[in-house]
Formats: sequence, C-alpha cells, structure tokens
Amino acid sequence: MDTAESSSTSKKIQVQRYKPDDNPEKHYLNEETGLWSWLTTVDHKKIGIMFLGAITFFFFVGGIMALLVRTELWTPAKTFIEANTYNQLFTLHGAIMIFLFLVPSVPAALGNFILPLQLGAKDVAFPRLNLLSFYLYLTGAGIAIFSILNGGIDTGWTFYTPYSSTTGGAVTTMVFGVFVIGFSSILTGVNFITTIHKMRAPGLTWDKLPLFCWGLYATSIIQILATPVLAITLALVGMERILGIGIFDPAMGGDPVLFQHFFWFYSHPAVYIMIVPGFGVVSEIITTFSRKHIFGYWAIALSSLAIAFIGFLVWGHHMFVSGQASLASMVFSFLTFLVGIPTGIKMFNWTATLYKGSIDLKSPLLYIFGFFFLFLVGGLTGIVLGSIALDVHLHDTYYVVAHFHFVMVGGMVMAFLAGLHYWWPKITGRMYNETMAKIACGIIFVGFNVTFLPQFVMGSQGMPRRYFNYIEQFQPFHQVSTIGSFILGLGFLMVFYYLVKSLFGGQKATANPWGSRAMEWQINTRPPLHNFHHIPVIINGPYDYHKPMEEFQLGLAESPTDGHGQESDLEVTSDGKEINAE
Amino acid sequence: MDAIKDFFLPPAKSTLAEQTDALFWFVHGSSLILTIGLIAVIVYFVYKYRRKSEDEVTPLITHNNALEVTWSVIPLVLVLIVFGWGYQVFMNQTVVPDDAYEVNVTAQKWIWQFQYENGAQSTGKLHVPADRPVKLIMSSKDVIHSFFVPDYRLKQDVVPGRYTEMWFNAPEPGESIIFCTEYCGDGHSDMLGEVIVHEEEEFENWLAENAGGGSKPEDLAPEEWGEQLAQEWACTTCHSTDGSQMTGPTWQGKFGSEQNFEDGSTVTVDENYLRESILEPNAKIVEGYPAVMNTYQGQLNDEQINAIIEYIKTLK
Ligand code: HEM
Ligand SMILES: [Cu+2]
Repeated sequence: MDTAESSSTSKKIQVQRYKPDDNPEKHYLNEETGLWSWLTTVDHKKIGIMFLGAITFFFFVGGIMALLVRTELWTPAKTFIEANTYNQLFTLHGAIMIFLFLVPSVPAALGNFILPLQLGAKDVAFPRLNLLSFYLYLTGAGIAIFSILNGGIDTGWTFYTPYSSTTGGAVTTMVFGVFVIGFSSILTGVNFITTIHKMRAPGLTWDKLPLFCWGLYATSIIQILATPVLAITLALVGMERILGIGIFDPAMGGDPVLFQHFFWFYSHPAVYIMIVPGFGVVSEIITTFSRKHIFGYWAIALSSLAIAFIGFLVWGHHMFVSGQASLASMVFSFLTFLVGIPTGIKMFNWTATLYKGSIDLKSPLLYIFGFFFLFLVGGLTGIVLGSIALDVHLHDTYYVVAHFHFVMVGGMVMAFLAGLHYWWPKITGRMYNETMAKIACGIIFVGFNVTFLPQFVMGSQGMPRRYFNYIEQFQPFHQVSTIGSFILGLGFLMVFYYLVKSLFGGQKATANPWGSRAMEWQINTRPPLHNFHHIPVIINGPYDYHKPMEEFQLGLAESPTDGHGQESDLEVTSDGKEINAE
Repeated sequence: MDAIKDFFLPPAKSTLAEQTDALFWFVHGSSLILTIGLIAVIVYFVYKYRRKSEDEVTPLITHNNALEVTWSVIPLVLVLIVFGWGYQVFMNQTVVPDDAYEVNVTAQKWIWQFQYENGAQSTGKLHVPADRPVKLIMSSKDVIHSFFVPDYRLKQDVVPGRYTEMWFNAPEPGESIIFCTEYCGDGHSDMLGEVIVHEEEEFENWLAENAGGGSKPEDLAPEEWGEQLAQEWACTTCHSTDGSQMTGPTWQGKFGSEQNFEDGSTVTVDENYLRESILEPNAKIVEGYPAVMNTYQGQLNDEQINAIIEYIKTLK
C-alpha cells in the first residue's frame, strides 16, 4: 500500500507513503553549522541537545559532591573536611541535582527533542521562547555558581527558615539563581502545553497521543502552576534577608512554619515534575521492545493527570512533626495514600503490557526493568512514610534519604538513561556498544542498591540525615554505602564513556533500529532540519503493532507556498476508515 | 525473629513504641510480598515471551476494565488500612494523658536544656521518672531544631516563637539517646542528648538535690566544676581545650594572651573579656571566626561563669 485514497465530501486527498531514509546526506546537524548557528538556533532538536550537554555537566558536578559527602562519612568523626564544608557540599549536591539536573532532564533535554517529532510538528509552538528558556537556565546556573564561589550556602536544598534567614554565606544569590531557573522551567511548560494543543499532525487525536506526550503534558501543568509559588517564596526569603521584613523569622515577627508550607507546596508537586516524564519514557520503551499495544492506554494517560492534580494537595506530609494541627496531618496523610493509587495502576498496566509480547531485552528495556524494581521500592517506602505514626519515627533520618534516592535516582535517573539509550540513535545517528550498555546498567543497579539499601536500615535505627558526625554504631552501614556510591559513580562514568565513544565511529543507526511504530521513528535518522518534508497524516495509534509499518509512514505533500502551516479541518479516509483531523 | 528486629529497629523503650513497630512490620511485610510478586511476574513474562523471531506478531490486547478495577481497589483497601492504623497510633502519640509530669525543653545551637518544676535545670541530660507519662513543652531560642528519641519512636520539631509538645512513658529505668533531626548548622550533628529514666524514688532525690539549679556541688573545686559546666553546656562543641581547630577559638593558652578582632582592635584576655564573651558573644568578634555563638545571659549565673573562667585559666 504505497498510496491511500483519501476523501472528504468536498475534496480528495492523496495520502502517500514517505519512507524514511537511513542515512541522508543532509540532516539537522549539517544543514547549518558553526558555533553561532547553535547559539542562535530555534531548532527544538539543537536546544534539546544543548540542554542535554548542560545537564550532563551538572550531573557530574553534583555527583562529585555526593562522592565527597560519602567519603567524609567513612568515619564517625572528621575524615577529611570540616563540618561547614560538608554542609555546603550536601546542600549544593541536592540543589544542583534537583534544580539543574533532574527537573530539566527528561522534559527540557529529551522532551524538547522528541515531543515535536511525536506530534508530527516542525518545531514547538514558540521556538524563540524555547531558546530563551535555555538561556534562562544558563543564567540561573551561572548565578548559582557565582553564589558558590562567593560564600557558598549551607542551608540544605530546602532553605528552611529561620536558619536560611540568619545564616551567613550567599543564600540570597543562590535563591535568586533558583528563581531564574524556575522561569526556564515555566517557559518550557507553557511551550509544551501549547505545542500539544496546537501542533498535532492531521489525524493525531487525543486518543492517539503517545503516552510520552501525555506525561509531558501533565508535567507542564505542574510546572506552570507550582513553580511560581517557589519563585514567590524564594523572593520572600530574599526580601527578609535584604530588607529585614519579618515574614518567616520569628525574631522579626514572622512564622517559620509558613515557609515550609510554601516550600512544599512547590516541592511536593516538583517531585512529580521529576518523575511523571519518566513514566512517559517507560510506556514508550515497554511497548517498543515488546512490540505490543500498551495495556490500559487511558488508565496510564489519565493517572498522570490524576497524579498532577492530587499531587498539589499532599504537601503537608513533609510536615507531620513540624507542629501542624493533627487534623491537617490526618488529611494530608489520607490524600498521600490516594496519590499512591494512580502510581500503582501504572505499574500494573506496564506489567500487563508485557503479557504475550515479543520481548527483546535490549539495553533501554533493561534500564526500564531497573526502574521498575527501584521505583517500586521507592514508592512503597513512600507509603511507609505517608503513614503518620511511622513518619514520626522516620522523618529526617536516612530512611527518607534512601526513599527519595530510590524514586529520584532509581526512578527518574534510570528512566532518563533508558530514554537516552532509546533515542540515542535518532538523536546522534549512531549506535552505542550494546554489551557495554548492558554491563553498565548492571553496575549501576548493583551500585545503587549497595549505596542506598543500607540507608533504609540505619534510618530505621535512628540515624538522622545531614549529620557530619555520627555515633559509632552506624559506621558499618555508612561504609557499605560509601563503597556502593563509588560503584555507582563508576557505572555512570562508563555510560558516559561508551555514549561519547559511539559518536566517533559508532555503527551508523538506521531510521528505525527498534522497529517502533511511534512517529519519531518514521523520519530520517538523523532527522532533517525541519523534521518532516511532508505533512504526516496519522491513521493509527502509536502502539498499534498489529498494523503494518507502512501505515505509520503516510503523509501529504507539502504545499510549496506554506512551509509551516498544517491543513486544518481535514477529513481523510484510508482503507475505508474515517479519521478526523482537528 | 528477634535478630531481624534488632537489626532494623532500635530497642523499644516506651509504652507506644511497640504499636509503631507493629505497623512498621505490617507495611514492610506486605510491601515485600507485593515486590516479590510483581518482580516474579515480570521475570516470568520476560522469559516466557522473549522474542523468538524478528517477524513475530503480538495479539491486540488494549485494556480490561475488570482488571483495572481489581488492581485499583485492592491496593486502595490496603493503603486505607495503613492510613487508619497510622492515624490511630499517631493519635495515641499526640493525646497527652492528664497526669503527665511536665518538663520544659529549650533548644538552641547546639544544646538541649531542661527545666523542672522546682527550678532544677539540666543540660544535655533529661531526667525523668520511670513508668509515668512525661510531657515535654518545647521551644527554641534560635532556629528550628527537632527532638528525636529513636528508642521511643518519637520526634517533634522545636520551633522558635511557639511551643510544641510531646509525651512518652518509659516503663523501665535506663538511658536513651536524643538526636537533633532538624538541620541547624555546623554543630547539628553534635547536638545530642540523653534521656535518663530513674526509678521514681531516685528521680525525686535527683530533683531535690538540684532544686533551684546552678550552685556548686560541695565536693568540687571551682575549676573542676567549671570543666563540668563547659561539658554540660556544650561549650566544648566549638571550643577545644587542647589547641585543635574547631568552630570557635581554642581555650588553650587563651587567658593572658593577645586577642585580635575582626574590626582590627586587640585586647589582652582577662576575666572581664571572658565574661563579656559569654554574655555578649558578638560584642567582639575574634578574627577569622564566624559570629555564631549565642548569649548565655540569663542561663549561666555569676557563680557558674566564675567557675568556667577559673577552668579556662587552668588551660595553659
Ligand atoms: C552517586 C550518586 C549519589 C550519591 C552517592 C548520593 C548521596 C547523597 C548523600 C550522602 C546525601 C546527604 C544525606 C544527608 O546527610 O542528608 C544526599 C542528599 C541528597 N541527594 Fe543524593 N546522591 C546521589 C545521587 C543523587 C541524584 C542523582 C539526585 C537527584 C537527582 C540526588 C538528590 C539528592 C537530594 C535531593 C538530597 C537531599 C539534599 C538535602 O537534603 O539537602 N542524589 N545524597
Ligand atoms: Cu512529598
């Protein structure tokens, strides 16, 4: 079926097949070249790559800090650095990993590259805003680095008042940096929502939207609604420090617990900013590598929205021992359990997708299985912490540290790596060394568990977090954890090594190496500068593996006058089926 | 069984600790079963349905409402149990029995202080009677701290500008460690304390001996008492007595030495300077050190300050 006859009442349209090229001469990387073309690009793919470079850099900076922290904890007293240095290190480790790595990781880096391709669009809705978002990120990061060199900060990434209103160092500068980065995140959110609403190719109805797009859609909603609250809160901290207005510091008549409400009103939803895009990656990879239709499409799509929504109502579970009213604690605990349900539903649906699939255990899928186990542990320990009586014991101990590393590193970083491996051929046009990828995945998995499982035990035993000195009883656990962290670090380095190596002389990738049905695989590898030389027309869902590949490569010839516009109100039929394009 | 318990949890030394532990085991037990179950299913699927040829076709299975409902409702019931149970234990932890014995707790960087009904005071060590509910009325002088006793499975933030409460009943005499669990700066991890649970009678004796607080025990020389106070009031968290570098300047060789200040002035260390430094620490900031020390005005009386000064004089 090379061409399909399509008709509407008024006009007949020729939908024809556009077979992607494996290694075209011209692609987005060589159609425009030179440093200037990168710095001023509005191409979502290049912006995505620049984000990828920046977050990789900060991941390693944050990682080195983590290793220094872990090394210091080798002995119960001072090992090699001062208490204050230690406090600055764990603060920066947390702040960098969260604001500079994890929040932009999947959305701004992978999402930027993939989202328009999945929608069949030539770019995001606001390409210039997209570039601005990147520069805001860089500016914020620059301000943060400046604050590190200019006195540092030792408040923890949570900036709790009144400690943060009174301690020395460059808190105000750092807070301003995070404020600026917040706007980068908001702009990405606005851009994605508009793009998903307005830029879908003809035939791409909401029920055919890839789940990765659904994930990014839910994430963008949270980014837009929650980030301004963080911005305002941090601005208030800055005002308190500079102008001496009493907002949070009781010495000036403020309320320190109010800060915690504001902060977690952002930061709890933010943990979903850090995981929901990962859910999207999981759905894409599971279906591709089991060549099977996703199980429970709507359950997965809507549970992301449910999480985004309920996620706004549970912030108080970080404050069970802060002195908030017992009634408030009860309500927050209840809602916390409700948010666990949609997450569980996703896990079950993914598992069911594997049933009767054709499962090819390639490295992206292997990373996803890593995600499965680690995220499951992270999620279930979240249930433990959501139970008030248990949280009273476990709050601010290493149990919590282990919990959030299981979800953030075990969950999101694994999902990010899975996505990176999955889309690497499309992005770079090269294949990495598959054996190395599998070994690295194993090393990361083992290293991670050796690092963080002992932390559950010592946390339950009572070891508080953010401790420079600790009592001797905990030393064996700390030492195992430190050893694990170096194994983990080795794993990440290995990934970096073989991915970079693949750029130089890795095997050339074909257009669709995994045999996926999703739209981003139906174009050239590497993609052309404007993604599509035709207007893609979608007649099947992205997971319709029972349909032949040809049906996923249909499109309309582009009218030469109007390069960017998409035909609206188009009715197309193919094989006698009606499809509606909005 | 006991070995597993001891591996994961500290000894249970309050009347409510067992309740928390029961829930702890319930949630972890059911989680473990769920994890093993789900992982087993995945491993089985990955093996059973591994790709055997490149042109394999998979059946079209899009959804199944009965399954969706099942795996929503069963976990929902489970988490509701965990919720209700957790809330119930929490209420037991929160509602203070009427006959509780009250102790006031003051937190500041980086010490815990306790004040008792008869004016007795203690620092770092909380003395309580066994087998009787004890209620702590807590507040902080500077930033937020958090009072955590793992053996009791209890924790409560201690906030400046307001009072927070917590209660426990320790049936047996013994000792349990207190941690500060809200990050409060350089000395955060040294802000430890101890709960000392006495038999009722022993406790009454201790209380009587310390009534009115802060006078020198008969059998100690002033400088010996000073040394004890310096430990108790946690001066030594920041000031070494052997010349080693810590958050504050060392006390070794301090008396009679020449001191340089941030503002360029100098002074020869004498009794007046030491007294001022204890009562108004930020009046003169020693060169190269952060201005982080709190005042001890209203906390140490003159007799105690004199004793500490005597002690510092002995550190040549
Ligand atoms: C090599 C990998 C890692 C190691 C060994 C590691 C280790 C640590 C350690 C030792 C702490 C301090 C615990 C304390 O005393 O409070 C910490 C805190 C934290 N880590 Fe990691 N970490 C790693 C990776 C990550 C990643 C990838 C993320 C996020 C994406 C992350 C997010 C955090 C956060 C948010 C905190 C809390 C910071 C704070 O409370 O101020 N970590 N980590
Ligand atoms: Cu939360």
